[in-house]
Amino acid sequence: MKLHEYQSKRIFAQYGIPIPRGEVATTPTEAREIAARLGTRVVVKSQVLVGGRGKAGGVKLAATPDEAEAVADQILGMNIKGLIVKKVLVDEAADIREEIYLGATLDRARRRVVVMASAAGGMDIEEVAQQAPEKIIRAVVDPFLGLREYQARTLAFGIGLRRDLVRDFTAIALSLYRAYVDCDASLAEINPLAIDAQGRLLAVDGKIVIDDNALSRRPHLADLRDEDEEVPAEREARRFGLSYVKLDGAIGCMVNGAGLAMATMDITKLYGSAPANFLDIGGGAQADKVAAALRIILADPNVKVVLINIFGGITRCDEVARGILAAIDQIGGLKVPMVTRLVGTNEEEGRRILAEANLITATSLPEAAQKAVAAAGEEARR
Amino acid sequence: MSILVNRATRLLVQGITGREGLFHTQQMIEYGTKVVAGVTPGKGGEWVAGVPVFDTVHDAVEATAANTSIIYVPARFAADAIFEAADAGIGLIVCITEGIPVLDMVQVKAYLDARGVRLIGPNCPGLITPGEAKVGIMPGHIHIPGNVGVVSRSGTLTYEVVYALSERGIGQSTAVGIGGDPVIGSDFIDILRLFEQDPATEQVVLIGEIGGNDEERAAEFIINSMSKPVTAFIAGQTAPPGKRMGHAGAIISGGSGTAAEKIKALEAAGVRVARHPIEIAEIVAARG
Repeated sequence: MKLHEYQSKRIFAQYGIPIPRGEVATTPTEAREIAARLGTRVVVKSQVLVGGRGKAGGVKLAATPDEAEAVADQILGMNIKGLIVKKVLVDEAADIREEIYLGATLDRARRRVVVMASAAGGMDIEEVAQQAPEKIIRAVVDPFLGLREYQARTLAFGIGLRRDLVRDFTAIALSLYRAYVDCDASLAEINPLAIDAQGRLLAVDGKIVIDDNALSRRPHLADLRDEDEEVPAEREARRFGLSYVKLDGAIGCMVNGAGLAMATMDITKLYGSAPANFLDIGGGAQADKVAAALRIILADPNVKVVLINIFGGITRCDEVARGILAAIDQIGGLKVPMVTRLVGTNEEEGRRILAEANLITATSLPEAAQKAVAAAGEEARR
Repeated sequence: MSILVNRATRLLVQGITGREGLFHTQQMIEYGTKVVAGVTPGKGGEWVAGVPVFDTVHDAVEATAANTSIIYVPARFAADAIFEAADAGIGLIVCITEGIPVLDMVQVKAYLDARGVRLIGPNCPGLITPGEAKVGIMPGHIHIPGNVGVVSRSGTLTYEVVYALSERGIGQSTAVGIGGDPVIGSDFIDILRLFEQDPATEQVVLIGEIGGNDEERAAEFIINSMSKPVTAFIAGQTAPPGKRMGHAGAIISGGSGTAAEKIKALEAAGVRVARHPIEIAEIVAARG
């Protein structure tokens, strides 16, 4: 789960990391009031959970409260990569002389948290990694020791930081690592960590991503979720314990298991169509869950056919088949064709139940995919 | 004639009295696995499914000489269960649990590596040596004994491939689900190394997916250290970047971890990469 910039920076501040003074506004009038209270030049920053806000015109300077109001009026309601701006952060504008990158993340190959620093701040770290990997200095953290001071100092020296700032930088890096662990983050980054005209370090922009698996033990962080920022169908899926990702194709896929769900998506493309979504209904297939999944799939106007692929194994297919029929009943019938393929205990019985209900059945995954692609083609020609 | 689990496996079930734990204990016993003990703190002295229950893993190991443990406890207790098994001297731990926070797994991995304890999973279906021992949640009946080693990051996708192999009369030496999380106990290389050494395994099937670079590292290992042929499949060719595809580890981030990169690396290592799961069985069958 991604946190907004203002949420991330407030967490950093709790750990003693210096951030600019600032507040969040949801109206231009509020932006003016905040700017007046700050009494300085301000920067008005859209709070949406996508990168590239600056390039999209979602970050602007304002010299006076009047200007802050005008700029906030432009930014609020703006569409940035499909997300509507509903909040802006009004921050005291820093007089930035230099920009550094400092971030902590999981290094999957090493199975360790790694803290990274670079003198090329302000840039996307992945771009730096591609263009000038030697500019990124890394400290690999022992999970039982935590980030040690010498490691943080090594980062400071490695990026050629001014000697008078090494002590402050070290403190910030240690704080960032503590925040990372306490938040169960998968990413915590300060970019840029600015050096201002007075020679102070300041976290001008920040980003925290929380490990979804840890949200249940971090309820105060789970409460920070901004549901406005989710695709509505993905939000509904989450409520039903389904894993759903919307895509652009015509074949709505319902599968048990994430790997098989991806393989099912891929095979629709192999046979010349494309998946409308990723959807993993998990173990079993109770009617309520299947109905929720069907509703979510069918709410997508691009869907021309539904492809259900269940490898039950131990699960009884006659039960799954009845669950599918009950779900179709619950949503008031089907308006697009449905191809079903069930494997597991009592699979013949399951197929018989579904065929009687006039659903297209298949025995193998390639056969199911080919039937779904053909049905989608016919629907498109109607 | 297999890797990791066989007739000598003496299995302990952590979380044996839970709904999942009990159901799968019965399934494993029915398959022929030697389940010698269960652990549920506070329920020591009870018996379930004909298996004695202990309060601690230490007590269970002392009383029954269990050498392998399978874990079905909820995510918030799972890391603790792994540490407990390791401290009680269990050499092979299989963790089925999904949803363990990744920072817990970073600690677990460091702790187990320092002690030479092997972990399979978490967020995995477990492993099976057909006809000998099933230590997991997979449907046992789709497997038949044979000489193809299977290693996979997925659950049901593995069943699909195994089913297609068995339908063609191609049996498996051992099938191992290593799990779909970003930090797992054993990776592709750990299992490939065992298959390479196992005289009963003649060829290997590797099933990967988007996210991380374990498949690329496996490709390097295959070039340098494997003599047995490998057939692969990578799921997620149609997955968009930046979106988690069900598994916590299945995410293309910062443009890396794509299916295309993995397929390229594997093909460069001489691995035949199938276009869909059933084609794996066709390729393996053609290789005999």
